This record gives sequence, C-alpha cells and structure tokens, in this order.
Amino acid sequence: MRSYPADYELITPGNLDAVLRLLSDEPGRWTAIAGGTEIMVLFGAGKLSARKLVSISPLSELREIFEDEDWISIGSGCSFTQIRRHAGVQRHFPLLAKCASWTGSIANQNRGTIGGNLANASPAADSSPALLAYAAEIELISARGTRRIPYEQFHLGYKKIALAADELIRAVYLRKCPADSFCYARKVGTRNAQAISKICVAATGKLHQGRVEEIRIGMGSVAPAPLHLVGTERVLLGAALNDATIAEARKALLSEVAPIDDIRSTASYRKLIAGNLLEELLREFAAWGDRK
Amino acid sequence: MQKERIVGKPVFRKEGIAKVCGAARYIDDFSLPGMIFGATVRNAIPRGRVLNIEFGPGIPWDEFTVVTAKDIPGKNYIALINQDWPCLADGFVNHPQEAILLLAHPDRQLLPLAVAAVRIEYEELPSVHSIEESELQQTIVWGDDNIIKSYVMEKGDVDAAFALPEIVIVKGEYSTGAQEHLYIENNGAIAAYSERDGVTLWGSLQCPFYAHKSLLGVTGLPEDKVRVIQVETGGAFGGKEDYPSMIAAHAVLLAMKSGHPVKIIYDRMEDMAATTKRHPSRARHRTAVTKDGKLLAADIEFCLDGGAYSTLSSTVLSRGTIHSGGPYYWPNIRVRSKAFATNTPPHGAFRGFGAPQSLFATERHMDRVAKAVGLTPEEFRRRNLLRTGETTCTGQVIRQQIDLEGWMESALDHAGYYEKRARFDRENTDSLRKKGIGLAVFLHGAGFTGSGERYLNSLVGVDATAEGRVRVLVSSTEFGQGTNTILCQVAAETLGIDYEVVEMAPADTSVVPNSGPTVASRTTMVVGGLVHSAALGLKQTLIASGLLSEPYTSDAFQNAAKSYIAKHGALCSMSRYQAPPNVYWDDQKYSGEAYAAYSWAAYVAEVTVDLTAYFVTVDDFVALQEVGRVLNPVLARGQIEGGVAQGIGYALYEKVVWDRGLMMNNQMTNYIMPTSQDLPPIRVFFEEIPFEYGAYGAKGIGELPMDGPAPAILNAIAHATGEDFNAIPLLPEDIAERLAARTSIAKEMAAV
Repeated sequence: MRSYPADYELITPGNLDAVLRLLSDEPGRWTAIAGGTEIMVLFGAGKLSARKLVSISPLSELREIFEDEDWISIGSGCSFTQIRRHAGVQRHFPLLAKCASWTGSIANQNRGTIGGNLANASPAADSSPALLAYAAEIELISARGTRRIPYEQFHLGYKKIALAADELIRAVYLRKCPADSFCYARKVGTRNAQAISKICVAATGKLHQGRVEEIRIGMGSVAPAPLHLVGTERVLLGAALNDATIAEARKALLSEVAPIDDIRSTASYRKLIAGNLLEELLREFAAWGDRK
Repeated sequence: MQKERIVGKPVFRKEGIAKVCGAARYIDDFSLPGMIFGATVRNAIPRGRVLNIEFGPGIPWDEFTVVTAKDIPGKNYIALINQDWPCLADGFVNHPQEAILLLAHPDRQLLPLAVAAVRIEYEELPSVHSIEESELQQTIVWGDDNIIKSYVMEKGDVDAAFALPEIVIVKGEYSTGAQEHLYIENNGAIAAYSERDGVTLWGSLQCPFYAHKSLLGVTGLPEDKVRVIQVETGGAFGGKEDYPSMIAAHAVLLAMKSGHPVKIIYDRMEDMAATTKRHPSRARHRTAVTKDGKLLAADIEFCLDGGAYSTLSSTVLSRGTIHSGGPYYWPNIRVRSKAFATNTPPHGAFRGFGAPQSLFATERHMDRVAKAVGLTPEEFRRRNLLRTGETTCTGQVIRQQIDLEGWMESALDHAGYYEKRARFDRENTDSLRKKGIGLAVFLHGAGFTGSGERYLNSLVGVDATAEGRVRVLVSSTEFGQGTNTILCQVAAETLGIDYEVVEMAPADTSVVPNSGPTVASRTTMVVGGLVHSAALGLKQTLIASGLLSEPYTSDAFQNAAKSYIAKHGALCSMSRYQAPPNVYWDDQKYSGEAYAAYSWAAYVAEVTVDLTAYFVTVDDFVALQEVGRVLNPVLARGQIEGGVAQGIGYALYEKVVWDRGLMMNNQMTNYIMPTSQDLPPIRVFFEEIPFEYGAYGAKGIGELPMDGPAPAILNAIAHATGEDFNAIPLLPEDIAERLAARTSIAKEMAAV
C-alpha cells in the first residue's frame, strides 16, 4: 500500500440525507465511495488525490431495483452481482445483465456498483454501451432536489460528467422495450475474464420490412467517453441491411470514433475491430430479421 | 523392479494442510521484537551519473535509517557468476529501478512517502534497450563490447554441408519477449543482526546458499556469522533464484546500521518493475535440408538481451545454445550465441532458462522447413527425430531407449490430429473463425549443464531425531513445486518406513548442508538421488549396529533409531554428488555430455483464430512427455498443467511494455496472464522409462512444459491462417495488423 492512511479521512453518515447535506455544505470537498473497487486501487498505488471520502456503501436507499410495467429503476448502489441476477433485468435488459457479468472479477462484481462505475466515467466501463443502447436515463440527487437526464448527456468528455459537486447518482432508469427487439453485445477484452475492455459494444434494434426501423448502438473504449454512435445509426435508419449499407455504416463509424493507443491496445486495432464488431452486429441483425 | 510402496503414489503434500488451512507462515506473517521496516529508493533514468541526492520536505528524516553504498562493510556486489551487480548503485546507474538508497523506519506506511520525497539529480547518458541497439556497439554500456557472454558450438562441417548441390536452404528469424514470473507471493525478507550472532536472514527464496554467499561478501562476516533461513515461499519459477540475494543484502545493511531487525516486503508494482524477468531473445536460423526432407546442417545465431548486469545470463545463454538443435539428429550444426547488455533491469532465471527461447525458434522453424520441402510437419519430424545411439548437437550419444517417433504419434492420436487437420482445412475457407492444429517436439536437459553438477558438489543428509523421526537435510527448497513431498517420499521408500515418519529439516543454512540451488529441474533427479543414497547409508548404519534387522516395520525402525541415538548421540548419514560414469564435457568446445539426462515431449495445440477480433483461443492441448519415472502423479501432472498454462501466457498474453528499460504495465490489471477462462483442457500423458541414475528412475520435469506450448500454438496459428508469425508474445493487435492487410476492410480503412 503506497498511501499514508492518516492523510485520508473516511466518514460514514449512514443515511442519504446526511450525505447530501454534507455534499451541499462543503461542495467539492468530499468524494463518495461505494464499493471502492476503483478508489481503493488508486489508494493502494499511492495515486488517490481525493483525501476526504464519504461512504455511501451502507445507504439502503440506493441499493434497490424497482420494476413496474414500463420501467426498471436500478439504485446507484446496486452491485453488478445484484444487477446480473435480477430476473427483471435478465428478462428485459439482457445486455445489461451480460455487461454486468463481464465487469472485473466476481469479487469486483460483488463490491462494485453501477453508480460507482458511471461516476468513475471510464471510457472502457462495461455497462455504459448497454445503457446507451437501451436509452437509459439517469437520476441525480442533491439537497436541492432531483433531476433526470438521458444517460448519453451524462458524459461530457474524458472523465468529465454532468454531476454537480453536491450531487450523487441516485438511480438508472430503463424503459422496457417491446419483447421482439434485436439485441447484441460483445466485449473484446485483454482476456476472457477479469479483463478491461479494449473495445465493447452493445446495440438494440428493430426491422420493418427488411429495413432498419430503430437502432441504437453504444460503444466503449473508442472515444474519451462511452459513445452513442449517432452518425452510424443515421446511415442505417431506413436502410436495408445489405453489403453496401454495411460498408457505408463502417465508414460512418470511422468518422465518429476516436480511439487512442494506450497500455492495453492500439488506436488502429480499435478502429479495425470497431468496424468488424459493427459488421458482425449488423449481419446478426439481418439474420435475426430473416428468421422472423 | 521391486514394487514400491510410496514412490509413484499421489501422497499428500507435506505442507499441504498448513497451506490449505492458512496456517502456513510466509515472510510477511513474521514479526520480531523491535522490528522496523525497510524500503528502497530507485533511480528513474536508464543510465547516467548521480549528481545529487536531496531529502525533500515533509518527512521526519531524523527518525529514518538511511543506507548508501558507503555503508556497505564488505564488497558492493551481489555474488553470482561475476561480480558486476552492485548491491547499491554508487554514483552511477545502469538501468531504471536500480537501488540507490535504503530507508528504514518503524512506521511501515510512512516509507512510500519517504521514498517519493527523495529527489535525485542525474546527468543522463546514452542508453541501449534492445539486442539490435546493443549489437551496434555505438554506445557501450557493459565491458568493451556490450557482450556479456558468447559461445560457439559446432559439430561436423557446416559450411561444407551448405555447399552441397541439390539442397534446399530455409532461413528464418524468430523472437521472444520478456516474461514476468508472477509468483503469488511478492519478494520479501527479514534481517536481524547482533555482534554476537552475526546476521540472520529469513526470506522468500529458492537458494539459501546463494543468499548466504552474497551476504558473506556484502557484510565481510565469516561464514558462521551468516545464517539464511527460507520460510514458506509462495511461488518462484526462477524469479527467486538471484534477486532475493539483493533484497537479503538490503535488509541486512539496514539491520546492521539501525540496530533493529528490518523487514522489506515488495508490493506487486515494485516487484514487477524492479526484479528479474525472462530474457528476451532473437534467433536466426539457416537450415540445409535434402529435397526429401533430411536435415543436413543448421547455422544458428542465438542472442539474448541480458539487461544491465551479467547476473545469470551466461548460463541462460548456455542452456539456450545447447537446446537450439531441438530433438533432431544434425550431422552438422553450428550455434553462435551471444548475450548482450542493455540498460534494462537484469533478466534472470525463469523456468526453462533459455530453452523456451531457443526451442520456440527451432520448432517454429521446423514447420517452415517442412513446408519448404513439401512435407507435413509430422512427416518431416519423423524423418529427423533423434534415435537411440545417435548424437545430439554437442556430440552426446543418446544411450537411453527413446522412441520420439512413437511418442509423437501417440500425442497426435490423443489430439485427433489427422482428422482435425483435414477437417479444419476443409471448413476454414468460409469461416470467420479459423481453426488450426500444431505440433512441437522437444527435449529438456535435467540438472546443471555440462560440468555444473560436479562444481556444485552437492551434499545431502538424512538423520533421525531422538523421537525416532527421520529428517531430510537439504538446502533444496519448497516453493509450491513439491520438493518436500518428493524428497520425503524418496527417503521413506528407501528406509522402508511410513511417509508420515519423514519430515524436512528447516531450510536453514546453519542446519542443512548445501545440496545446491533449487533450479534446473535438478531437485528430484539429482538431489532425490542423493537423498536415496543418504537414506541407504542410514539404514545400513542401523542394521550394522544390530539394532534393526530386515524385514522390519516402520515402528521397529523408529525404535531402533531411538535406541541408536540414546546409545551413540546422533544418527546421521551424508551423501555427496558423484557424476554418472562416462560423463565427459568440454567447456571450451561445448561438446560432450551436456546433461546427465534429457526429458522428452510432444505437445499438440488446437486453436481458433477469430477474424472479427483477431483473438486466439487455445481450444485443446495435449501434453505427452517422457520424464523417467513419475514419483508423484498428482504433483507431476500439476507441474505439466502449470507449465503449459505459463507457456500459453508466454505465447499469447504476457507482454512487458517497456519504456527505455522501465516496465510500464507493472500491475496485474495491465500485464495480462491467462485466467482459467482462457485455458483449454490440458490433457497430460506420461511415458515412463526409468533413468538409471535418478532417484527411483526420475528425470527432471519442472521446466520441460514451459518449452513446448509457444511453438505448438504458433504452428497451429500458421495452420489456421496460412501466415507465419515468428514472434511472441503474439497479441491480437499483431495478428490484426498482418491479416487485415489481406482483406477489403483494410482498403476501406486506408481510404478513410
């Protein structure tokens, strides 16, 4: 452990109101810690700049999954294990269940929370592409009240998010889509388990008379933040899924991704694989349409 | 042969229950009264002069013990083969992460802050970071020419063979990367010092007498004032052969200066960045072969990146050189090999010790030679594999009854090779998931190379306690591979007593004789053989005393031992190494009996190359080997499975990302080793031909399985994709770069 524990302060107010009051009284001074699967790694490496930590781990208010006819809401304190085991999530949002199962190790899944994952704002976060594909909404809470925004407006840039200094993520909202939607997700990691994504993609869609009626594609690790492939979707909407469309879509994709070389992979590999994954998903989408 | 009771049986590990129950105590579990903690200040640049050291603000420096090179009472080097590896850099640094200063303080948590607060000013000098840069000799960083060691090994007349008419010549260049050991337990040591008792060192280490030798040099103390004790060690793989001597010296220097016992424990990041790794290599092959596929001659150049100091590189190079010929009969062969210095932390011992590097090149190359003469990989090998009575590339006559062809055939059968090869060829055309199957046949010499075992002159003891229990006295250590169990099995079998009655004496240099280092796949074969003869001596002593007569029970033996000790005070038998007969080795010409015995193997890997992500999955793995007699089938299987897994990591996952000698991915999140989810079923098969001079017929096993996976896998990938990949680690990025050039996608990419 490379950090000096006495340099750090960790408090546990015990209920949500008290945490929000603290954040509002001293905005920007406190960093929320939930499962700690990111923060403790930085702490261990002597790289944690936040010195004042407020634990939100015990807050039961944040740890529930609610389901009604149209929506599922997932509290920000829900662990990936909780999410991937939830029957409603598995039935209506299989991509999210799948992405949750890809996150880190089993121990990470038991400790790590979806709110922590989103607040950490890694472009490689496993759950982000699924949330983009499902057009998730995200609810933020502070002593001032709550607000709900589309998840895709949450990421503003590399490690920059639309979370005010006095706010916490309260929940993620997912609107149930019709049962007959196509869905696809694939993670290309450094290995088959306990891996950080080199690239990760999730998509949902519908076809009408052989043409793309709806499609939403989210991609991770190809831009400073998780990316909703709006330009690629524009090319696909209304088009038949033939070779020409796929080639067009690949081109559009390349104009909207901006991957980098890093310790896990290269920009050129990521560009190539992004295109390959898009092609794979579109061919599966077409085959799914043919089967119907 | 008589029926054995204990040898050949899967008896439990001696220390297994303690490990499973969490009762085993590793170095960080120990504490001594008044103990404080030590840490190392390391340099940040590849090479240069240290101009100034400043102790920055915010740290209570007066509470710290600070050790520099000036505080070394003896000699400032870690004693290995040469004496060029400083214990602490003295004004000049030759690689990143070289130790410059040592700090100690009672507050363990304060140390990282203190280390970070030391500011060092340097004058940076030019540095070299690859074999290619080093061999240019534009910047000399070691000796006169950057060459740590070179060998020429020659058999027959190579140049004449290449001048023959009607031959096919095949050339190739192959390279392998560094590899991190990733033992579960990081390095660590505790040192205590008093004027009366001298130095005592407890550590996680492989070779107590290596540390002992280094401490004698560094402290200047006499032999009886330096004591090294190995405590339970959580894995090593060669990584705890040389570097623990460095940590031991550091802990001892701090203990001597502070007057307190000192504990130094590396965290994973420090361990990965600062300690040794497998030597990167480059091999260039030029092969002459007849048109019908008979090998005529090899001309091989084999080079290692040794890092900044010579450490063990000469011996790693030696083993790599000798294994360059693989398991083939070469009428003519020449291997010219060199270990080059670079400004990288010294590379060190790692399971296989040079052989995985040279055998990767050879076995990859053989597939290419086969193709060049229009033969399948297996048919080409069939025509060239060594047979009993033929000579190896050092001129060593194979006296053992071997059947490499039969063993290869058997491995191919287990793998379903012929059917799969044909099916994959048929089905690959229209698939984005290309399947392939590949083969590697290889050998691994057991024990020290050439005259090494004679120089080691190992001594082993077996004694009895007053309670009538038997102890094995060796400096050979347990670090997960099974030393305790195997040696106790051998002693119990030989003495005709229960396995439970035998135990290991502590690996403490004040208690046990020097049975040599725990390396080179020598423990079971060589040390086991000595335990056998020492145990025979013990038994004969008891029988000769009249206290025991055959046949006897285990209880009768214990009673006799008790009576003997009551009467005579002690019961102990020692045995010293004697070379098997006819062992002749010429260190100058590199010819003769390179090893007392070879283990042999044929491995088959089946892979899928996914052309969407260019990811390779190993789907099935057959590992067939002849290792002499298998003394413990569970441990033996474990060695093979673990070695294959480590070999798969070496081939496809484990890449050290360097920035001028500094490891950039020194965390397990970014240095990728395969998990259980990445590994195929590993199907292990043994052929057993007892070796006359090994313990109960055993030969070496530990390193062998490291040699074969990488070439077998790359051969399978060549089969799947039709492309020759000749460098490891082979990552998806590398495959993508090559294969994408063949597809239309690449053209589109280029157009954007």
